[in-house]
Amino acid sequence: MALLEIQNLTIDIPTSGGLLHAVRGVSLSLERGKTLAIVGESGSGKSLSSLALMDLLPRRAVRRADALRFNGVDLMCATERQKQDLRGNRMAMIFQEPMTSLNPAFTIGDQLCEVLLRHRKVSRTEARDRAVMLLEKAGITSAGTRLGQYPHQLSGGLRQRVMISMALMCEPDLIIADEPTTALDVTIQAQILRVLRDLQSEFGMAMILITHDLGVVARIADDVGVMYAGRLVETGPAAKVFTTPGHPYTRGLMDCIPTPGRTKPGERLGAIPGQVPNLVEELRGCAFRERCGQSRSACGESFPDLWLADDHRVACLSGQSAENAA
Amino acid sequence: MTAQSPSMQAVLPSRRARFDKFRRRAATNPSFMAGLVVLVVIAGLALMAPLLGLHDPYAQDLSRRLIPPIWHAKGTWEHVLGTDKLGRDYLSRLIWGGRISLLLGISTVIISGVIGTGLGVAAGFFGGRVDAVVSYVVTTRLALPVVLVALAGAALVGGSLSMVILVLGLLLWDRFAVVARTATMQVARADYVAAAQAIGCSTSRIVFSEILPNILNPLIVVATLEMAHAILLEAALSFLGLGVQPPLPSWGLMISEGKQYMFFSPWVITVPGVALVILVLAINLLGDGLRDVTAPERRN
Amino acid sequence: MLAFGIRRLTISLCVALTVSIVAFFLLHMSGDIAQAIAGTDATPEQVSQIRVQFGLDRPLVEQYLNWAWGVLRFDFGTSFYFRDQVTTLIAQRLPVTLALGGISLLLALIISVPLGVLAAVKQGGWIDRAALMFCVLGQALPTFWLGLSLIIVFSVTLRWLPVSGSGTWAHFVLPSVALGWYAIPAVMRLTRNGMLDVLASDYIRTARAKGLRMPTVLFKHALRNAMIPVVALAAVQFGFMLGGSIVVEAVFSMEGLGQLAWQSIARQDFPVVQAIVLVLAVLYIGLTLLADILNAILDPRIRIA
Repeated sequence: MALLEIQNLTIDIPTSGGLLHAVRGVSLSLERGKTLAIVGESGSGKSLSSLALMDLLPRRAVRRADALRFNGVDLMCATERQKQDLRGNRMAMIFQEPMTSLNPAFTIGDQLCEVLLRHRKVSRTEARDRAVMLLEKAGITSAGTRLGQYPHQLSGGLRQRVMISMALMCEPDLIIADEPTTALDVTIQAQILRVLRDLQSEFGMAMILITHDLGVVARIADDVGVMYAGRLVETGPAAKVFTTPGHPYTRGLMDCIPTPGRTKPGERLGAIPGQVPNLVEELRGCAFRERCGQSRSACGESFPDLWLADDHRVACLSGQSAENAA
Repeated sequence: MTAQSPSMQAVLPSRRARFDKFRRRAATNPSFMAGLVVLVVIAGLALMAPLLGLHDPYAQDLSRRLIPPIWHAKGTWEHVLGTDKLGRDYLSRLIWGGRISLLLGISTVIISGVIGTGLGVAAGFFGGRVDAVVSYVVTTRLALPVVLVALAGAALVGGSLSMVILVLGLLLWDRFAVVARTATMQVARADYVAAAQAIGCSTSRIVFSEILPNILNPLIVVATLEMAHAILLEAALSFLGLGVQPPLPSWGLMISEGKQYMFFSPWVITVPGVALVILVLAINLLGDGLRDVTAPERRN
Repeated sequence: MLAFGIRRLTISLCVALTVSIVAFFLLHMSGDIAQAIAGTDATPEQVSQIRVQFGLDRPLVEQYLNWAWGVLRFDFGTSFYFRDQVTTLIAQRLPVTLALGGISLLLALIISVPLGVLAAVKQGGWIDRAALMFCVLGQALPTFWLGLSLIIVFSVTLRWLPVSGSGTWAHFVLPSVALGWYAIPAVMRLTRNGMLDVLASDYIRTARAKGLRMPTVLFKHALRNAMIPVVALAAVQFGFMLGGSIVVEAVFSMEGLGQLAWQSIARQDFPVVQAIVLVLAVLYIGLTLLADILNAILDPRIRIA
């Protein structure tokens, strides 16, 4: 049985301009120990989807799903208490903003130990020992003294290492990392990713990595999901999605990254013309068709769901021809 | 503020368009409209007091002392809100007293507004040593206990209405200075002020045509709050017998004069007290509404 | 931190000095004090005798320096009216005012902080609306009129509490309500807005992501941060209350500093007035210093930087 099973997740947010359909029917599943990367541009609904799993959406947002199962527990029917028992314990989250995600009024040690003390019957010393061990694994030197420090005394990179350690305190089954490196310097980004990947494989956790950086995906992910305008337009194993992208939007994204050696100096990088559609309106058919070079009249009517292979799914009619050709 | 682009004209819509937008937002702000309506009614009554055919507010009639208001069994239509201990008509005194409160509130705010804005703009615009001196003066002023100093001041210079206005005006400028200083600092950093300096505009020109118009909104909000503050303080001073002197119908004085009769005729303090609450409430509502209306529109 | 502390202390001392100068010169330049002491029907000889007796014939600067030197040794001079040491008078009256201010502040905090938290947690709900209306209304009530109304209702009609005086705890109930009322709107608004900001912050989301129970999130993670500015405000409000107690003490005839000040102003008893102005100012300055210290203790970002 899959660790995580999502069927037809939707998220609506009431705004002054009308009801914003931020996520419009996302379905996916994740096996134990695997890494799923969700890519897409800002506003595609990838962060909201991950917050929806933790039930940490903004208060006004409305979450619906046909099924939302984690570890056999139906999250849609779970009580707030049951969800609290899961959060930080079986599923943990790392946020985009390490600078503001730690409470300025408490020490690092206090905030780390708090997780373990909340979910396990352990003594303060045991919690402290685990915190030190995890901080060291996350690459923080003299971890013992760091425990007594306050967040503002740490750099952004260090704080993100603390956040990672905090997520690992209870050795969860699933880690959700929402753009964990976006706010950091490029040199730090690589270190943080390495730490994240190493710890994930060491503890055998599943991970959902939200990112807009395809380079990150290629290095870490087992599977990839591409989101556009609140929908998953392509899912599949990272290798297949990268070598034989099925959706025009995925191909567009990949054309945007320069590849050393292959991209010649002075060559124009690809860019996707047009804009993301207004998510307040009801969308019929493919949301990408306005920007797509291969759109035809049928694209305006249906939102297809095609299997290119038994593990590679594409929501595009042009996939049909690829399927036929294959 | 940092997002302001170099030219004012390019960013800000015309004065007319801004006013239209203000009107639209104000009309839908319940707090602003409620305050405005009540205030207009009070101000209208106060302004037209001589034309309303009221009793003379100073005319005494010892045979008609302490007549209760109309909602009491013994009330008469002759004196709708009753009479005071000297037989003076309470409604008439109340309306004439409204003139005193409004006059005092507005005059005090003009004096304190000029002092505070001047200090605040100077501190925010010149910064450095000027700022340090102004901050020191504000700190010192805040350390002075307002009620006590106002009482002592009013007692020293004698409790005429104009002296009370002067004393309060000289005391209540601190919030103007603090707000003007912060707002000026934000505006002075904007590019269009730098541009004006670069093309060699004189300091006074920059202050009057670039800075003051752009810090006016928060200052008007402060003005409403300080007006309410001044009206309450005057009432307190007059109540303590050291503010406006009899026989002027100041509401604070009416409460003070009624104090000894309040056990048997509680309305002698209820009527002017409620009037005071309604006036101050209306001014505060107007100020709160104004702050919401003039605040930059929040996203989403 | 140390440099900042020293600078802060120096400024405070300078402000206290300036206040003493302002208080002294304002009162001494305003008229003939000797005439005021002697009364209107005194002969010119009596007036000049008094002038010499109280040292009022000396240059103002010399009088100020004499007075200031005395103040440094807690000698505020002699009251014209009581013919007694001002220091003694103040020492007798100060406890009542401090007690009144302290109880009022406590009362205000007990009401406004929980109400502010509740209003923020249930933002837009009926508690929030009611609390905000209460704030607007609270700010419009004149303290002295509220005091008189409380007397009419609770002392005269219901006969639950004494009308005036400061002898027993019961005498402090109504005055504390009247004085504390004044601080409630400001503290409640700050608590509410602080909680709203904090509740929308990333670290509260982190706390929830840890699976912490709602009380822990609210009272440990949120309240601690939202309270930092409130503590500072409370200290400053206490200073304002000591100054504002003059009205309340007058209404309830309490034997405190405020009433002494009021009566002394009416009697033109300047040594007492200027002493009380200075004492209240110094208390206020001390409280703002205390607010800064409390801020530094509560906010680790200030403490260590």
